[in-house]
Amino acid sequence: MTSMTASLVTAASEVHVPVVAPTEADGVFSLLWLVIALPLASAAILLLGGRRTDSWGHWLGVAAPAASFVLSCVLLAALMGRDEGERQVGQHLYTWIDTGRFEVGMDLLYDPLSALFMLLITGVGGLIHLYSVGYMAHDARRRRFFGYLNLFVAAMLMLVMSANYLGLFLGWEGVGLASYLLISFWQHKPTAAAAGVKAFVMNRVGDLGMSLAIMLMFVSFGTTAFAGISEAAGNASEDRMTIIGLLLLLGACGKSAQVPLQAWLLDAMEGPTPVSALIHAATMVTAGVYLIVRSNFVFEYAPTAQTVVVIVGTVTLLWGAVIGCAKDDIKKALAGSTMSQIGYMHLAAGLGVVGYPFAIFHLLTHGFFKANMFLGAGSVMHAMNDDVDMRHYGALQKMVPVTFLTFAMGYLAIIGFPGFSGFWSKDKIIEAAWADNWVIGLCALLGAGITAFYMTRLMLLTFFTKKRWADDVHPHESPAVMTGPLVVLAALSVLGGVLLAGDWIVDWLTPVVGHAEHHELFVPPIVFSGIVVAVVAVGVAVAWLVFQVPDEIPREAPQDVSFATKAARADIYMDDINDTLVVQPTGALVKGLAVFDRTVVDGLVEGGSATTGGFANVFRRVQNGFVRSYALSVFGGALLVVLALLAVNFA
Amino acid sequence: MTAFWVLAPVMVLAALGILFVRKAVHAAMLLAVVMISLAVLYAVLDAPFLFAVQIIVYTGAILMLFLFVLMLVGVDASDSVVETIRGQRLLAIVVGLLFGGTLVAGLGQLSLGTVVGLDEANDGGNIQALANLLFSKYVFAFETTSALLITAAIGAMVLAHRERLTPKAGQAATAAQRMKDYAESGKHLGPLPAPGVYARHNAVDTPALLPDGTPSELSVNRVLAARGTVRSAPAYAEKVDEVERQLGISPPVEEVAQRPSRNQGSTATDEEEQA
Amino acid sequence: MNTEPYIILSAILFTIGCVGVLTRRNAIVVFMCVELMLNASNLALVTFAKQHGNLDGQIAAFFVMVVAAAEVVVGLAIIMTIFRTRRSASVDDASLLKY
Repeated sequence: MTSMTASLVTAASEVHVPVVAPTEADGVFSLLWLVIALPLASAAILLLGGRRTDSWGHWLGVAAPAASFVLSCVLLAALMGRDEGERQVGQHLYTWIDTGRFEVGMDLLYDPLSALFMLLITGVGGLIHLYSVGYMAHDARRRRFFGYLNLFVAAMLMLVMSANYLGLFLGWEGVGLASYLLISFWQHKPTAAAAGVKAFVMNRVGDLGMSLAIMLMFVSFGTTAFAGISEAAGNASEDRMTIIGLLLLLGACGKSAQVPLQAWLLDAMEGPTPVSALIHAATMVTAGVYLIVRSNFVFEYAPTAQTVVVIVGTVTLLWGAVIGCAKDDIKKALAGSTMSQIGYMHLAAGLGVVGYPFAIFHLLTHGFFKANMFLGAGSVMHAMNDDVDMRHYGALQKMVPVTFLTFAMGYLAIIGFPGFSGFWSKDKIIEAAWADNWVIGLCALLGAGITAFYMTRLMLLTFFTKKRWADDVHPHESPAVMTGPLVVLAALSVLGGVLLAGDWIVDWLTPVVGHAEHHELFVPPIVFSGIVVAVVAVGVAVAWLVFQVPDEIPREAPQDVSFATKAARADIYMDDINDTLVVQPTGALVKGLAVFDRTVVDGLVEGGSATTGGFANVFRRVQNGFVRSYALSVFGGALLVVLALLAVNFA
Repeated sequence: MTAFWVLAPVMVLAALGILFVRKAVHAAMLLAVVMISLAVLYAVLDAPFLFAVQIIVYTGAILMLFLFVLMLVGVDASDSVVETIRGQRLLAIVVGLLFGGTLVAGLGQLSLGTVVGLDEANDGGNIQALANLLFSKYVFAFETTSALLITAAIGAMVLAHRERLTPKAGQAATAAQRMKDYAESGKHLGPLPAPGVYARHNAVDTPALLPDGTPSELSVNRVLAARGTVRSAPAYAEKVDEVERQLGISPPVEEVAQRPSRNQGSTATDEEEQA
Repeated sequence: MNTEPYIILSAILFTIGCVGVLTRRNAIVVFMCVELMLNASNLALVTFAKQHGNLDGQIAAFFVMVVAAAEVVVGLAIIMTIFRTRRSASVDDASLLKY
């Protein structure tokens, strides 16, 4: 641990941390605000328009992110046309909050990092919108669904385009809201409603850290803008930066489902599959990675926080992988995989300047192939009457050929088959991790093997082995509006690796995160890649032996299994741990407080009032309503006054 | 001091009388006695202006106002002797005695010294001197009292005013109502019978006699009936013998036998007549 | 001439007025007793004017009379209103404002 910290410290002290100093937006960049405004306006129309928009609402919902995507492409082209030093564009929309010293503008920042995110969100998001047109075709509330999806896209764009932490937080909470609304979209199901609440509450824990970090930054630097903080970050004490970093990490953990705040992600699969693909795989859950990369000027001055990020990422990548191995629910298996892959991204982001580009790179490729696989899973469910249990699938490759082929592309990408996008991105992360610390590297390598195992298991159980579905199920291929996005995403999964060609993405992100020399490995990179591929091959082979070679896979999950399997099926008992450590003590505390309130507090208050009331009951008799009685009191008083005067005079 | 020693016992007795008389009218009369005696004392104390004001304004105007209201409320409305508030009377007397005793005892201890007298102040005449003070030193208070009096007058009007809630019934409506009443309950259509009109005297408090010789209760005001001050027509009828005797005519025997009994009608007595 | 008897007479009349207010129930008689108390105080004022050779006491008595006139006008109007609605002039009947 010490050696790792030391290596990180040296890494931090060597590199130059770039300062955010955007130039004022002009020309095509002045349209920046439209990227957010289009989906936001669409959401407003769909949610406020009511049933009048039912007939055409979904096409508006698709058009808005598509338009934003086109705009993002134009903007990207414009940005690429600039010199490397000028690739930061800011746009001041209006002053959002102005209270004396505390002034926050509604400012947008367009730089290489947000450009990539905008393409991912609007591109993949647009495809998923298109897919949803077919997937939600028979849902009476489709228009509302698209309203929520547009709201999510707008909030996510706000998150990645804001030029200050408060605007980022606005988007952060916006995606949380959209996530809650969409997870519990089928609110008639108690499980879906509970899952929405669970996600919302667990995210609050992270958001607490996030808001504390923003407050601390304001106290420390007097601003929440990236520009001001990145400029002054070098002057702050390391302890303070560490605290800010850890608080930001807490926020990232909540949003990105990292240990120990990961328990909500698996339940979030209760939402419609496009939601799982868009929010809980491709975009929202990667917001934590974005936050850490965006806050590179904080983490570069807080090596301890970086170390914690690496540890969290490593633990999560193994944790998610183990869960993914045991789940029979196809979406939950994919969710475990998502958790694991985001663990990889955090691991990379925690490595500092060396890792940032690879974290973003893996984030992009993962966005492609995981969205592809989630949508594919949705297509399979569509074919299987919304059954999610893989043990009820089997031998589907002939039935749903397009889905199978596109899913296979995603599969090959995620396990890191040479040449596919995931190979390039994951290989780079493992390499960088190993170069930093061999224990972390080994864990990452092991994670790659497990990934290969559980993804192969998923693939085999679904598309190969023997038919296990019931007779009344008639698998069929999905309509073109659903398979079209699958094909596009499959192509991206295959070809995503070109981003690394000639280290393009590393150079592209240099203005944002800085530049660092690569560490030397103990073997040449090509050999190391061979080792990774070998580990992956072992994982695939083990899965083949376990699931393809035996003739019969039971339709019901066997119960007499090892402890490890049981633990993995129960999400490694995280819900129980949360329940024991947090929920039950809090519940007991609340119960105790309630009893205290009922007996002691209420006793005091009610006892006091009862005593007063008792006295009043006695003394109110004096108020008998007879004016002569009152006059007698006055007369008695006058007598006393006279007596007192006499007493004073004659004393 | 002679006037004082004569009037003081009278005043105290009259004041005590207010406490004990049962009828409000008597109390008002006793109060008048106290007030007029006070006026005399004012004169003795070199306050001729107040002497006049006390008689004219207080006794003449304010006390008359009391009597007006008494008439409206009912002249003979009297208190019952039973005390409703427990212990009120006893306590009032005890506290009153203590208060009076303390005050008298305390004042008895005082010595006010020699009397300066108002000869000097009243040099140019008491009224002129008072006017000088009133329109110089006390002019503001004087003007303020005018506002107070106007406010009081308006207040009295507001309090006494009764808002008409229903439209006033016209002649036609009244006639229609009468016909309706007659149709529904058989109430007599015509005017009420006039009160007693006799050969010897007429009086509104004596009921008229119906053809069968019984007095008609409708012929006297119901307020008089409620007060119990209706005279008895048969009582006068009784006295017809005396009149006839004086005139030297003897009545037919059978008519006397048919006369209604004495107790019929109201409860008038000779005492009432005297009162 | 000695003024002390006047003062004592004033005190006695005042006390009698007080007791009258406390014991009588006819609102008009109660009012008369209040007037008696005012008159008693007037007597004291006029007496002190004589005692001190100063007309201010008489002026005060004059103002008391004016105010008493105003008070009687309003007070009797109130009594009339109460009598009109309740057919009673007893101060004990108006005792609704109580516990």
